[in-house]
Amino acid sequence: MATGTDTIVGSVPALWDEVTRRVAAGCRFADLFGTAHPGGVLLTAHLVGPAGLETWQALLPSGAASYPALTPRLGAAFWYEREIRDMFGVVPEGHPRPQPLILATAGNPPRPGSGSQPGAAERSPEVLPSHVAGPGLFTIPHGPVRSGVVESIEYLVETPGEDIPHLNMRVFYKHRGLEKRFEGMTSSDGVLLAERTEGIATVAHALAYCHALERMAGAEVPWAASLTRVVHAELERLACHLDVIVRLADGAGLAVATARFGWHKEQVLRLVSQLCGSRFGRGVVIPGGVQGLPRVAPAELLTILTGLDRKLGPDLRVLMGTASFLDRLRRTGPLPPPRAREHGALGPIGRGSGGTDDGRAARPCDAYGSLSVRVASRPAGDAMARLEVRVEEIAQSFHLLRQAADELAEVTDGTLRVPCEPAEGRAVGWAEAPQGEVLYDVSLSGGRITRCRARSASFHNLVLMHEVFAGDILTDFPFIEASFGLSPAGVAR
Amino acid sequence: MMWALRGLRNGVLTTRWPARPDDYAASTRGPATVLAPGRPPPSQNGQASLAGLCPAGAISQDSQGAVALDQGRCIQCGRCVAARPDLFGWQHGPGSAALSRTSLVVPPVAETPERLAEVRGDLRARTRALRRSVHLRHVDAGSDGTEEWEILALLNPVYDIHRLGMFFTASPRHADVLLVTGAGARGMTEPLRTTYDGMPHPKVVIAVGTDAVGGGLPGSSYAAAGGVGGIVPVDVWLPGSPPSPFSILYAVLLGLGRRPAKEGDPR
Repeated sequence: MATGTDTIVGSVPALWDEVTRRVAAGCRFADLFGTAHPGGVLLTAHLVGPAGLETWQALLPSGAASYPALTPRLGAAFWYEREIRDMFGVVPEGHPRPQPLILATAGNPPRPGSGSQPGAAERSPEVLPSHVAGPGLFTIPHGPVRSGVVESIEYLVETPGEDIPHLNMRVFYKHRGLEKRFEGMTSSDGVLLAERTEGIATVAHALAYCHALERMAGAEVPWAASLTRVVHAELERLACHLDVIVRLADGAGLAVATARFGWHKEQVLRLVSQLCGSRFGRGVVIPGGVQGLPRVAPAELLTILTGLDRKLGPDLRVLMGTASFLDRLRRTGPLPPPRAREHGALGPIGRGSGGTDDGRAARPCDAYGSLSVRVASRPAGDAMARLEVRVEEIAQSFHLLRQAADELAEVTDGTLRVPCEPAEGRAVGWAEAPQGEVLYDVSLSGGRITRCRARSASFHNLVLMHEVFAGDILTDFPFIEASFGLSPAGVAR
Repeated sequence: MMWALRGLRNGVLTTRWPARPDDYAASTRGPATVLAPGRPPPSQNGQASLAGLCPAGAISQDSQGAVALDQGRCIQCGRCVAARPDLFGWQHGPGSAALSRTSLVVPPVAETPERLAEVRGDLRARTRALRRSVHLRHVDAGSDGTEEWEILALLNPVYDIHRLGMFFTASPRHADVLLVTGAGARGMTEPLRTTYDGMPHPKVVIAVGTDAVGGGLPGSSYAAAGGVGGIVPVDVWLPGSPPSPFSILYAVLLGLGRRPAKEGDPR
């Protein structure tokens, strides 16, 4: 496991100097958040470089109502600084749009890390300004209650009729105050909330959270447990990627394909429930190991996997040869590789735009270091490239699942967990969710959580939706949204 | 042409439930339950209070030591089942929904069968007109995202709710049943009320999932209302984190007075 370094610098501008210097040197900007501190607000930035994760911090002294924004120097901080503003009420000076993002209330900021719970606040009167102006332009508010069964989020599509010159998003609707909710929980209860932070990536969030605790405690997860973790993480990836394919096929009106892939996804969820009792792998991952081995013997698991693969494979091949479907994806929602690199785009979005970063290969945890992982990558950057990455990852997941099942069959030491109950400290954990890297920064005191930062890939990636509508029209919208494959629950938290 | 042929490959995949039993429906895990309600639990040395077992606060004990479990707060983490298998177990099958919030408590607290019959009669009178063509509308009021997957699963060929005369509709104006998920995020209070108000009468509201029923882990805070019961009038309470597609289907049938016979105790 790569080790991180923590460095505290003297002032906020000095922190930004370091962050931009490291990003210029090739690091990826991964997270920026605040923590309530007796001396003010402690700002923490995470960067990921070839050597692993780096952490840089600076204290914004109490009483400071504002600070010079990072966003004008590093665009990737755009949403992060708006979130800090929502959470602490401090204004990033020079930020292009210092409006509410995940919390649309005025006053009484929740201040994560402070230990006290704020009361319910009034809705903020601030609304997003309209960006585009001109004769015949109008805004189509799309959400928060939209057609279909989807999570609540609002897209404001600004259009003269067909093109989409600009798109705004409001994500605050389903903010649940989870980072505050973590505070005061025991470390073993925290994993339950981590699982529910972004439910469709239950296993990845639980893993990232537990990796943080395990690093804090110096716990080494037993081999059988780390293989079980891989099994559940890869089944989760299969389910999420199939969900994206269902949505894309549905968007194109391919009724049979929608039904077929919906069936495959159901089979994966049923397999997960057969292995652990929950269709989403809940309760499997616990700090220090897993709750139990898969309830299906490795040999039988291999048989089931072969059956799934045999039914799914031909459908995928037909899908990737259906011209009327692929035409909707080619050159749709393009994210140019330089832009993806600059933003540090995660998961299939980053890898669909030429990125090669996959936490399973670059910063492996659990059994991934001992299994063969091939990173899927495509340079085109459009919805098609993102789909191709997912299709290749589905094949890779089957490959990993077979390796893990083979290894499980050989396991002789049945130990499934080691004690992992750190009382004090701070550590960062990560995991590669189907949507991309999930990052948890956990602080404990007296065995209880004082701050738990949960940065989902959805939060980091969704902001890119602003920029991918170059030349695309209204009917491309469902394809672009589906090809991102993100969950608003993980964005608003 | 390729797709048309592929569509025929595996024959009929659709369940016959509720007309016929379904193995997977019977095996799906519902909320935890008290195995021998009413009997005071044997004391165990060195055991902290039973109430401390549950991270969601679903378990309580009265002054005589009798245990009660509020399934409306159960997040299905299984800690009580693992720690005290003599007292707690899983409830299996899809029949975990109830017509009143209080009847989700095991053992049921002071509620007369007459009162329940009255609730049921009310609902039946209201939904008589909807029996065989029902339009569903879903609103997410702060879910974790899994409830949406499980509701959406009802459209896949395994569950295929169209066979039961049920359809999802985009407009609340056409909706008969409102499925609400999530702990009642403050940001969704207004959109949820607007959707409810936009629906014509008669309407049935189903709280889908433990978060919607009792707040779940997000609970009641500056950001969430601890469930949706305070925002819209709920008719059917369905716990689960998340509830399985079969239990969602069961909850809809229960709300419409089409509950299949012999599904657990008469709620």
